[in-house]
Formats: sequence, C-alpha cells, structure tokens
Amino acid sequence: MTATSSDLPVYRRQDADSHPPLDWPDYESTKLRHPLNAPLDLPQRLTEVTGPLLGETALGPLDADLTRQHAGEPIGQRIVVHGRVLDDAGRPVAGTLLEIWQANAGGRYRHTRDNWPSPLDPNFSGVGRTVTDEAGRYAFTTIRPGAYPWRNHHNAWRPAHIHFSLLGRAFTQRLVTQMYFPDDPLFFQDPIMNAVPEAARPRMICAYDHDTTVPEWALGFRWDVVLRGTASTPFESELSGAADLTGDDEDEA
Amino acid sequence: MRLLHTPSQTVGPYLSIALRGEHWPYAVPVGTPGAFWLRGRVLDGAGETIPDALVETWQADPRGRFDHPDDTRGAQPPEVPGFRGFGRSETLDGEYAIHTVKPGRVPDGAGGLQAPHLDVTILARGLLDRLVTRVYFADEAAANAEDPVLAALDPALRERLVATPSDDGYRLDLVLQGDRETVFFRV
Repeated sequence: MTATSSDLPVYRRQDADSHPPLDWPDYESTKLRHPLNAPLDLPQRLTEVTGPLLGETALGPLDADLTRQHAGEPIGQRIVVHGRVLDDAGRPVAGTLLEIWQANAGGRYRHTRDNWPSPLDPNFSGVGRTVTDEAGRYAFTTIRPGAYPWRNHHNAWRPAHIHFSLLGRAFTQRLVTQMYFPDDPLFFQDPIMNAVPEAARPRMICAYDHDTTVPEWALGFRWDVVLRGTASTPFESELSGAADLTGDDEDEA
Repeated sequence: MRLLHTPSQTVGPYLSIALRGEHWPYAVPVGTPGAFWLRGRVLDGAGETIPDALVETWQADPRGRFDHPDDTRGAQPPEVPGFRGFGRSETLDGEYAIHTVKPGRVPDGAGGLQAPHLDVTILARGLLDRLVTRVYFADEAAANAEDPVLAALDPALRERLVATPSDDGYRLDLVLQGDRETVFFRV
C-alpha cells in the first residue's frame, strides 16, 4: 500500500504567538546565529510525523532523583517537580524521553565553561531524565536551582530555571525549553524569557503545588508541557470543520 | 478547545551535561554494513565554527521504513540490528559527527518517492528555537532530481542541503547565517 498524505497525521504548525523569534537583539548571542532568510514550509511526510520512540531507553534507578546520585545529599531546598506532557488537544504524550539539567543551589553548573565564583556541590550533578507514563506524567526530585550572572548586559542574571528537553512522538514535536519558578524578581531583565510573547510567558512558569509537597521533606511544584498536536482527526473535522483548521494554519505563517 | 503550546527556549551553553553521551552519535551500531560518518561544521554569521551546538538527525531505515505507529504502511522493527534512526552530536571538537546508514526512499504523499534524506534539528546557545533542515546525498543524483522538497527550491539553494562524499562517509557544513546560509524549514 502506498501512503498518501491523507493517511498521515497533520501536526499544527508552530505559531508565532507561542514562540520567541530567532532574531532578538536583547539576547546578544542571537546576533550571529539567527538565519536571515525566512524558513520555508516543509511538507509533513513520514519522516516528519514519526520520531525516535526511546521510551524503552534504559533508565538508571536514580535518574529522576537528582538528590540521590552521589554519596551525600546536595545543599539546597529539596523540591519535587512534576506534571504532564500533553499535545494541544489534551492527549497525553506517553512514553517520551524527558531530559533535564540545571544549576546547583548556588547557581553554578557542573560544566567546564561555567567558572563564576560560586562553589560546585560535590553531591550534585544537576542532570536527570525520565520517560512519561501512560497518562503523560513525569516527576523529578531535585533541589531548587539558584540564579546566576552572565555577561549579556550590565548586571545580567538568569532567573532560576530548569532546562527541559522533550523528544515527543514525532519529529514535529521536538521541544527544548526552560521552566521558571513563580514570582521570581529577575524576570524583568531576562531577555531569554522576555523574547517569548508576553501572553505566553506564564506557560513557562511552574505553580507551587501544596498537594505534592511532602510533609517534612520537599516542596512540590507542578508544570505541564504542551506540545503540538494533530489537526486532522475525523473527530475534530466534525467539530470544527477541516477547512477552518487549514485556514488557521495558513494564517500562522 | 486547544491547549496553548509551551514556548521554546534556548538550549543554552551547558547542554552537554545532559544531552551528551557516548552512544548518542550512533544512529546505527558500529559494524553495521554500509555504515558511515556524516560530519560537518556548524558556522555562525561571521564564518566562525560554533563549538556549543547540538545536531540531531532522524531518518528511515535502509528500506525506507519507520518503526513507528504512524508509519501508515505499518510499524516495522528494523531489519538492521540496533538501528535507532536517531543520532545526536555535539560540536565541541569543531564538527558534528553522526554514525549512520543511508535511509531508503520514503513516499512523497503524491504517488512518488522522496530522495534519501535525514531530518535535522540544530540547537545552540543563541538559538531561541530549534532550526530544522534536511540532509540529502550527492551520489543520489537521480533520486534527488525527483525529490519534491529539493524541486521546490531555487537550484542554487539545493546544493546547500546535499552532503558530499568524504573519506569516511559524507560531509555537510550547516551555516546558520549569511551568504551561504543553510536552507531552514518550518515543519
């Protein structure tokens, strides 16, 4: 049987209301790295609607607990970060590899090129990974990362954040992002966060979650990640009309 | 009702602490018949080599099949033992390097076949969102001539997506900005 385009899922195009532009002068490093030409539309064929399903990736028992990867416990506020990975129709993205990395409580990464005068923590690597379950759920135990200075502009500090990398279930869904913490006073001067359209910025901020907070142990935070979903299911066509969906997609260019 | 998408953010300068791993460059295992290295530099708008980028590749197996439920011909476990189809490489040494095999041709959705290709994601400090491109192969001239994605491009741009044979495989530099800028896609 020959595949035709109508057999394949159609992922909604990425919309400019949700994502930062590549050319963002306030973030110095974009200057020589953003393409000058507008991207061309790539038809979504088999290579694009499939992707690596690494759900059976061998995970170590401590991969999702960043506080137990060394002989002792890391310094810092112990936290549980959890949530769901969903597509934009609300369907769980199950079995997808989720990788995180972060600075320690003093704002220092365990990386040879991070040399600012804040100590490394011998008990903290700042790296974790997990695979979402059937409901798209994930959870990490870690410590709250510190803010850190960088040289983008005078007295520049990155708000505390955890890097997230998600493979999704299709090449179209690949997402790398950062999760921020509520009420951080450093947001106003951060060009990386503020490159995202204002209305979309709150989607990068986790919520304090008292139900997940473990008594006498760890504070809980909840953060859901929404990846692009498909627009071509018969169910949706009945609800809203396939023509409308197509029109939406074209408007987003 | 639609949920709103989580915004993209840069991978930042310290991606290697999490996204590096000795196994990641191997889309196919060592010893796979026909395996080769795809290599190249990632260059910025000043022509400088970018040492803190991450290049990821995704491709069909040599039959042009995907071990994935959305392959409408049916998910097929790989014929090549250990075939993952996904490779990931840092550019710390000045180049990315992916160990893989040439993919088979994949239907183009209109009754024809696409030329053998890899889909590529580029992530780096200074990239607020990923860049997407494709890699084709110079020794597939006949297939390339029939490929609808290449055909839609200005002829002068096509060669920027085509890897050329090298000592141990193929080479293609990825140029983020400037006169020789790679063709990037919105997927």
